[in-house]
Amino acid sequence: MTSYEIAIWVFMLAAFLGFELIRRVSPLLHTPLMSLTNAISAIAVVGAILITGEKEASTLSRTLGFIAVVASVTNVVSGYLITDRMLRMFKKRSPEKK
Amino acid sequence: MTESLYPALYILAAAGFILAIKWMNSPVTARRGVIAGEIGMLLAVIGTLLRHEVINYEWILIAFFIGSALGVPLAYLMPMTAVPQRTAFSHACGALASALIGTAEYYRHMPHGFAMGALVLETLLGFLTFTASLMAFGKLQEILPTRPMTYKGQNYVNLGLFGFAVAVGITLILSPERTWLFPIFTVLSLVFGVLLIVPIGGADMPTVIALLNSYAGLSASAMGFVLNNKLLIVAGALDGSSGFILSVIMCRAMNRSFSNVLFGAFGAIQSNATQAVQRPVRSASPEEAAEILDAARSIIIIPGYGMAVAQAQHKLREMFDVLCRRGVDVRFAIHPVAGRMPGHMNVLLAEADVPYDRLAEMDEINSEFPRADVALVIGANDVVNPAAKTDKNSPIAGMPILNAYEARTIMVIKRSMSPGFAGIDNELYYMDKTLMLFGDAKAFVASLVKELNANAGGR
Repeated sequence: MTSYEIAIWVFMLAAFLGFELIRRVSPLLHTPLMSLTNAISAIAVVGAILITGEKEASTLSRTLGFIAVVASVTNVVSGYLITDRMLRMFKKRSPEKK
Repeated sequence: MTESLYPALYILAAAGFILAIKWMNSPVTARRGVIAGEIGMLLAVIGTLLRHEVINYEWILIAFFIGSALGVPLAYLMPMTAVPQRTAFSHACGALASALIGTAEYYRHMPHGFAMGALVLETLLGFLTFTASLMAFGKLQEILPTRPMTYKGQNYVNLGLFGFAVAVGITLILSPERTWLFPIFTVLSLVFGVLLIVPIGGADMPTVIALLNSYAGLSASAMGFVLNNKLLIVAGALDGSSGFILSVIMCRAMNRSFSNVLFGAFGAIQSNATQAVQRPVRSASPEEAAEILDAARSIIIIPGYGMAVAQAQHKLREMFDVLCRRGVDVRFAIHPVAGRMPGHMNVLLAEADVPYDRLAEMDEINSEFPRADVALVIGANDVVNPAAKTDKNSPIAGMPILNAYEARTIMVIKRSMSPGFAGIDNELYYMDKTLMLFGDAKAFVASLVKELNANAGGR
């Protein structure tokens, strides 16, 4: 198998896994789900680091990579923090407070 | 040694992301899911920094610092009502990142064949999602007009432009050496993103935001094909499928198709047709309304985007507390498309400390309306419009609604009789058992609370 074939297999399996997992998420949590998956897709930071940190990067690719690292780190940090902030608010009924 | 470590870290990171989404299925385990996601991301970043290609750290560290400095206030200072805007903004950031990486990759290696195909897809989706998300952000923040903007032949212009962008993209795949085409391709993708959102109205934002979420994920996944990195493929595919499912759920909750949402310019056409004659409605004062609430045994509250605009959720919680203390059964009925993004109402009510077991989905609560003494509609309109069931010619015909009209008494808090976002008149308001409570949602609920407390004192 070529590496592209393997990559397509990986994509297909991950997409199906995603469908099955997300179908089970309660509509109650759709907003935090979206901010969580947003943070996860900021995995683009991996590509951005590779381009920015390269030894002989041209000015163009270093600049583009730098902006990309900033954008994805912003997403990672704010995505996870706000997801947690939202989830902390979801509480069951507390024992009657008088 | 460290060089052989990163594939292992990547595999663990992918496992972390999968667990993160799995644990989101219930509020009990969801926070654990966030931690799994954080660990996954940490492992991925450490693994990448350890790779031998990464030599220069200073720019990376500076970018980390700036990104964190932007991200922390974005997460903690944003009011919960602004969550849809924030989500649109972070879609823009994510899409920009992957589009720029694709661009850099093109000028670095100029890949051929399959990799070039993936790169074109990555940059196309990345750039168009970037501008489309910024447009969505502008509309949600109300910097831009929220009503759909349409003109004659709009769909042909959009499709033509998209076709042109795709044609340029295919030419690039066939002969990547034509570097002069790449900037043209970039501009076309950016412009298409803008045009795509111009005709979208606020009521369609939940679907569109979910769709943009999906595009941003697919773009990251395409990047994985370009860089031959399976972690990117997996994470992007998870995000892509998540956004896709959410937008399908949103479409279904409106009984509309994707193409109808994207090209239908919902709400623009009907707005002219609704200058109908004034019909009589029954209205009530806070005192009268409070008396009815006082006598009720079960109440279903139906919040909508208007509640978010008026910031009425905290006052509503106070009312909820007062009524609960008297043994009234109070529940909240949440329509899937209430608000401006999937799950918007749930987050706002959770922020106001309403316990989540009192929030009910449409399917579970619809059968309980006939037994409810009062259905209190606050800032919602189309999602309770019985025309969706009775009028085949209505623009919302066939849309699943909350059956508020079956309750014994219906109360609607509303500023005035102006039609809702879709510009459709609502039969519910003219029913004999409906009481219109005119006023600002927050102020009106506050006076209801006051009346309820006063009644209790007099007893």
